[in-house]
This record gives sequence, structure tokens and C-alpha cells, in this order.
Amino acid sequence: MWKLLQIELFKIYRRPRTYIAFGAITAMIAIIQLGLKVDGKEYMEFVMADLGSTFSFEGNLLNGYFVCFVLLNLLLIHVPLLISLIAADMISGEANMGTLRLLLTKPISRTEFILAKFFASAIYTLTLLIWLAVLALFVSIAVFGTDDMFVMKNYYAVQISADDVFWRYVGAFGFAALAMITVAALGFFLSLFAENSIGPIVATISVIIVTTILSTMSIPLFNAIKPYLFTTHMVTWKEFFDEKVDAENNVIKGTIENPDRIITSVIVLSLHIVAFVGASIWVFKKKDVLS
Amino acid sequence: MQDIIKVTGLTKKFDRFPAVNELSFSVQEGDVYGFLGQNGAGKSTTIRMLLTLIAPTKGEIELFGKKLQGNKHEVLSQIGAVIEKPDVYKYLSAYENLKLFAKLSDKKITHQQLMDQLEMVGLAQRAKDKVKTFSQGMKQRLGIAIALVHDPKLIILDEPTNGLDPQGIADIRNLILHLSRDRNKTIVVSSHLLTEIEHVATKVLIIDRGRKLVEGTAAELFDPSQTIIELDTFDNASGLAKLQSSRWNTMLQPSREGLIVVKLDKKDTPALNRYLVENGIEILSLQPRHSLEDYFLQITSGKQHVEAFTN
Repeated sequence: MWKLLQIELFKIYRRPRTYIAFGAITAMIAIIQLGLKVDGKEYMEFVMADLGSTFSFEGNLLNGYFVCFVLLNLLLIHVPLLISLIAADMISGEANMGTLRLLLTKPISRTEFILAKFFASAIYTLTLLIWLAVLALFVSIAVFGTDDMFVMKNYYAVQISADDVFWRYVGAFGFAALAMITVAALGFFLSLFAENSIGPIVATISVIIVTTILSTMSIPLFNAIKPYLFTTHMVTWKEFFDEKVDAENNVIKGTIENPDRIITSVIVLSLHIVAFVGASIWVFKKKDVLS
Repeated sequence: MQDIIKVTGLTKKFDRFPAVNELSFSVQEGDVYGFLGQNGAGKSTTIRMLLTLIAPTKGEIELFGKKLQGNKHEVLSQIGAVIEKPDVYKYLSAYENLKLFAKLSDKKITHQQLMDQLEMVGLAQRAKDKVKTFSQGMKQRLGIAIALVHDPKLIILDEPTNGLDPQGIADIRNLILHLSRDRNKTIVVSSHLLTEIEHVATKVLIIDRGRKLVEGTAAELFDPSQTIIELDTFDNASGLAKLQSSRWNTMLQPSREGLIVVKLDKKDTPALNRYLVENGIEILSLQPRHSLEDYFLQITSGKQHVEAFTN
């Protein structure tokens, strides 16, 4: 199993296609950071327009923590597209190249083969998110500095003390990793049914788009299935940036307003991963390799 | 001799179409087993079942005396295979590809052994070059190096000369002979071209539409002193009955398209003709099939199933 995983990782990181996603994330983050650096003041005035007349703000609002939050809001919608480039190619790409049949004539179990390939795509997803974290958080801190973080919610705003932010990002990126591995598991499962990678990549993206629409639209017909859709839970990382308050409405540092919501989402996403990978093993063990 | 492969009643249906139908054969240690049939005859499907890529609908496969089902790991570790096109990772070098697949075998294979393998197939000088720069022939040789890298007892080559130029075909033929004679390997080689098989095979199986047509040793099938005569007479049923009660009985072959088929020494042809005339069997035609190629094309253009060529 370890040997198979090493081989799969070697193959992933030797492929030029792998680095498209790293390049795309670098370019997107650099563009947004440049825009905020040049015109950040106007952007902040726009964001704070409603509150500016009621409150007065001091300090560095456009700090690294805030920029990272903006970046995550924008990018975590697009990262699944980049993950599907690799995950949805894991089996279909091998079938297309003709290497699948050669691999399976070797003395390896199909279950181990699938698990090794899935873990390799999960590791790829993690490295992509680590890269995202380095650029979005650490580079933003280096460029924009640190201060208290200001987060706009639907009906209220949250101000998080600068010394209470970092662990929240660790949690948010950890949660985002789980959400993105769910996407990888979906793409991986769909890659079993085709002999070229285009179909599974498009299918993965289509499933995400459709389920995201179902998750976000407030239509009674779909409300019953919303809690079971993985896309409903993919945005729960934002819960890390909300704090409990005490009876006097004072913020309690180091707390999360709705930890139960995070736990529920972690369980739902984990179950999706287990279901997609379990189904992949079941299908692949029965599959005739005709490519 | 130990049976390396023993296949009994093997059947594979895709939907309801039988790609392989009740196929039985055995390959013994040291054989170079030629697996012949036209495109779509069921050769690749059979080979894929031997390699666990496809699950049989029915039938049994034993390899090295063990049932394939339940002993997959042990059996596959003793096999090296090239299936149809020699597809490898084009973005990796020849050496990286070979090392990657060597890692999947149960054996520890050193750098020197990898280089020796590349040397044997004539790719040592191109070891560091990416496979995307290789010709079809070079990819085929790399595929063979991958099949051989863990020193398997059984080598399965499915259409190994597809897409190769005459020199490439000759190289593969020489390699098969070298592996058989000098390294004592058991080899199964499939092809739709008889000429590729007849120079290397010690035993031949011809299949058509998933069924066995002919199986025999190369000595039997390729013996130039032997010929096959197809007889058409005024009354074939009566003619066949007379031949069955004569010394020619042992040379009779299963009938094809209503004709009487006799396999005999070429020098006995006049004697057969004389017997037919003397016994009042009126001959409409007496047609010798001079070569197995002729016979192969005849039977695989296929109207009728023949159980066996030799007994």
C-alpha cells in the first residue's frame, strides 16, 4: 500500500498538468492582492458603507487576516474546479493512456490500488490548500500586516482580536481541506466510468454547480435535501470566524458561536468521502478492464 | 512437463454476445504457445482473463497449478505481459517507467538490473529520454523490458508486433527465440498473422469467434511434408463412409462445408486418388491446401466450427 502510494505521488508530481492548479491559484491570489494593495482603501469604503455612518473605525482594517478572508471567500468556490483536474483523471487518465491494464497485470490488489490512488489525490488536494494558505494568509500578512479582523455577517459584524485569529485560520483551512477532499472523492468516483478525463472533470464540476444551486436556493421543495448535500456544508469554514458573546454582549475570546454546525458538517463531509471511496472500490473490483 | 496454463470451458459474454465460448487449452512449461485468430476472434479477451483484467462468465483458469481466483497475487507475480499497445507514462523517461513498474513486483531490483534490461532491448542509450520522444518500436521494446524486469516464468505477449516495421518485427521474433531458448521462459504470443507465429511457436492454437478451431504442435501443423486435401464428390456421405472403412480413416479430419477433409503425406495423394477411382467414388474436385496459412485463412473466414485438427 505504501509502495503504491509512493508510486502514485511520484506520478502526480511529475506531471506538468499538476502544476496548472498551483499556477492558477498563484496568479489569482497575486491579482487580488495587487488590486487590494493599490485600491484597497476604496474597496474598504465600499464594504463598510453601511456601518461607516454609525461606527467609527480605527487601526488597519485592510490587514492580512481580512485579505485572507476575502481571498478564501472568492477562491474556495473555484478550487474544486482545479482539484477535479487531477482527481477526476486518476482512473480515467490511466485508462486513456493504456497504463491501467499494465498496472493491473502486476501483483497488486484492486482495493489497495483504489485506496492508494485516492490517498494520493487527497495528498495533492492538501498540498494545493497548503500552497493556498501560504499565499493567502502568510503573504497577505507580510504585505498588509496584522490587526483585529473585521467580518461582515448577514445581520451583524464581528470584530476578532488580532491575537485570536490565527488558530481560526488553522481550523478554517483544516475544514476546507476536508471539503476539498470530498470534491476529490467525487471526482475520483466519477473517473471510474470513463476512458478519458474530460467527461469526469465536466461531470464533477456539473454536480458541484447543481448541488450548490440546490444548497443556496431557498425553495421549499429542495429544503428537505439541503442538509444532506455536501455543498451545503462546504462553506461551514466561515463558522470559525464568529464568536460567542456573554450576557453583557462582550465577546468571549477563543470561542466559536456555532461549534455544533462545524461538527455536523465534518460528519456529513466525512460520510460523503467514505461513501464515494467505498463505492469506487465496489465498482472497480467488479470492473472489466477493456481499455 | 508441468501445465503452466490450464484453461477449461472458459466463456466470456459481453451482454449476451459470447466473445470467448467454452475455450479449453493448456500450455506447458517451456512452450512458445502461438495464439492465432483474426481480429475480434477472442484472443485479447482470453489473455485479459488470464491476467485478471476481465472476469470470466464461466470456466476455470489454472496458472502454475493453482486456480487463478484466490491466488491472484502469487500467480501474477510470476507473469510478465504486454497487452496490445505498449502504453507507458509518456512524461517519464524509459528508466523511470521501468523502475516504477519494477517496484510493483515482489522482487528487489537493482539499478544495474534495470540498466541490463534496457540494454537487452536496446534502449540503454535512451534511458534518460522521455518516452514521448520514442518511436512505436522503441515503446514496444520498453513494454517488453517492463514485462521482463522481474524475471517472470511466464511471458504473455498480445499482438507484440502491431505497428512495427519489418526490422522491429524481426527484433521481436529474435527476442522471443532468445527468451525461450536461452532463458527457458514459457511464452504465450498472440497474433492475427500466421507468419509471425510459425517461426517461433512450438505449439499453436487457432481460435475464431471465441471458439477453438485447431490446436497442435508446430511440428504437426507446420510440417511441409503434410498436406490437407479437400474432396468434393458426387455423393460425399457415401464417399465418407467408404473412406471411414478404409486405411484412410485415421487421416480423416472433421468435415467442413460438407466437404471431405483428409490430412496426409503429400506423397500419398496419388494413392488416395487411385483409391477413390477404384472404389467408384466420383470426384468433382480434389483440392490440396498446401500450407497452414491457406488452411488458417480458410477456417477463420469461417463458416463452421472444427473441434480439432490433430488427435
